[in-house]
Amino acid sequence: MPEFCGISLAHPVINASGTFDAIAARRVYGDALLADFPFSAFVSKTITPEPRAGNAPRRIWETPAGMINSIGLPNKGLEGFLAEDLPQLAELPVPLIVSVMATGRPEFARLVEAVADREEVAAIELNVSCPNVHSGLIVGEAPAETEALLEALRPLTAKPLIVKLTPNVADPAAVAVAAESGGADAVSLINTLKASAFDPLSREPALAAGHGGLSGPAVRPVALQQLRSVAAAIGLPAIGMGGIGSGADAAEFIAAGAALVAVGTESFRDPRAGSRVAAELDFTSPQGAAVQPALDLD
Amino acid sequence: MSAPFGRRLCEVSENHSSGGYRVFSLLDREGPTPLPGQFYMLAAEDHWEQLGGRPFLPRAISVAETGPAAAGVRLDFLIEGIGPGTGRLCELAPGESVWVNGPLGNAFREPREVSAGAAGAILVGGGIGVAPLALLRRRFGERNVPVRVLLGFRDAEHSGGLDDLFACCEVRLASEDGHAGHQGYVTDLLAAMLTGDDAGSAVVYSCGPAAMLEAVRALCAAHGVACELALESPMACGYGACFGCAVPKPEGGYLRLCVDGPVIAGDRVAEVTHA
Repeated sequence: MPEFCGISLAHPVINASGTFDAIAARRVYGDALLADFPFSAFVSKTITPEPRAGNAPRRIWETPAGMINSIGLPNKGLEGFLAEDLPQLAELPVPLIVSVMATGRPEFARLVEAVADREEVAAIELNVSCPNVHSGLIVGEAPAETEALLEALRPLTAKPLIVKLTPNVADPAAVAVAAESGGADAVSLINTLKASAFDPLSREPALAAGHGGLSGPAVRPVALQQLRSVAAAIGLPAIGMGGIGSGADAAEFIAAGAALVAVGTESFRDPRAGSRVAAELDFTSPQGAAVQPALDLD
Repeated sequence: MSAPFGRRLCEVSENHSSGGYRVFSLLDREGPTPLPGQFYMLAAEDHWEQLGGRPFLPRAISVAETGPAAAGVRLDFLIEGIGPGTGRLCELAPGESVWVNGPLGNAFREPREVSAGAAGAILVGGGIGVAPLALLRRRFGERNVPVRVLLGFRDAEHSGGLDDLFACCEVRLASEDGHAGHQGYVTDLLAAMLTGDDAGSAVVYSCGPAAMLEAVRALCAAHGVACELALESPMACGYGACFGCAVPKPEGGYLRLCVDGPVIAGDRVAEVTHA
């Protein structure tokens, strides 16, 4: 039974933020969702200080072995999340990790304090793929910004702070080292890769926002190398993700240095992908034994 | 009744051509009988991520008919091959297996549930969008709801479902090329019908291309007739996870079509546009 930042988990497979809405899934599938919850911890969609409607459609575009999305972080804002969503997420049978994002340190601090204050919350993930409105820099793309943010947030809570690293930098290990210096408890990677697609007929951008983030099996080798370099550079546990769709995929991430793995896009194709990956990852289980031949290089 | 949690393999029992489209049937041993308007996320078990890496995501397809089968429920889907996913589904052979997640989404309501005093239904379908109206027509027939069916197609190649899904009922047709019925749009037929004396007692149910749905929505709004529209939007998951299927609300913000739809009351949707 894995332990992550002092949190005991039933297996090493969690969800990537923003790829599974447990409240909507419970509306669709009923309490069967709770009886067989696919993840050993649940990471919420990113919460921002104020409500966001999200981006105009079109928001998603299928690509070879993956997809590009520009959803735009629709959420109810901090107050709506605490009042409406958190009580429902507290009914899930697993620890809750809340993802937060803000465009300035005071707003980030307000989010972290308010969320950490709730006993239903086991840990906080910091989505740093956003600009600091004061410097104009994307926090997660600048080691100094990341370190300063962590130094500001670290004194506010004893709960684990997980930094979600962006892959859209030349040296993600430098950002991870800065997060560790600032007082982070763990890192998670990778977020989506910046990507574009065009409608070949209209020659217009495929997505209304013009660009988005690539996910799915297409990004897996990139994620593995970034994880490998980050894990070698820091002493913190890492949550590895990027196109995981099977136990064999998850085994690669663990080999590259992940303490936990997260399933994202595969849940769109298979709502129980988390449970399946966990079962396949346990090579002593019947499902795991069945996957073993796939680990060969033939 | 909720859909079973997760995806399951269902066997293809049949696949035949239907005009320019195809109709394939799956045997679902686990799921409940779907309601008119509901959809399934479908992906062939084999050769889905084909050379070139697409299709990758499952495809959201409305159920066109259903009935009891030997050991479960038969699900019929009307499909037009317009890309790698729908193209692969067109090729399904009996005995193959398909990953199925569903039934998902909401359903069309009966006329009196939509509008007090409404007694009858006018079904307006366009192209491949006629699919959910077939099951809806049969349900209304079983419940003695008066139904009039108006279907429109671009041309013979882009039409189907008439000889099987709509075989047993009277259908008024329109076609843009004039190969069948009124030459023009199906909304021409609806406009004429809505000027009749009994328009106020009807509810309009519609599914089809965005431009047609927008014309239906505007016509119904102009005549004060309630309508329910089955919309379409790019959708990765079908169960509220991906937030891809955003549809603008009149008051601002967005619906998630998979869990808030796919059937939306006409006054709950802003202008219908192609996403």
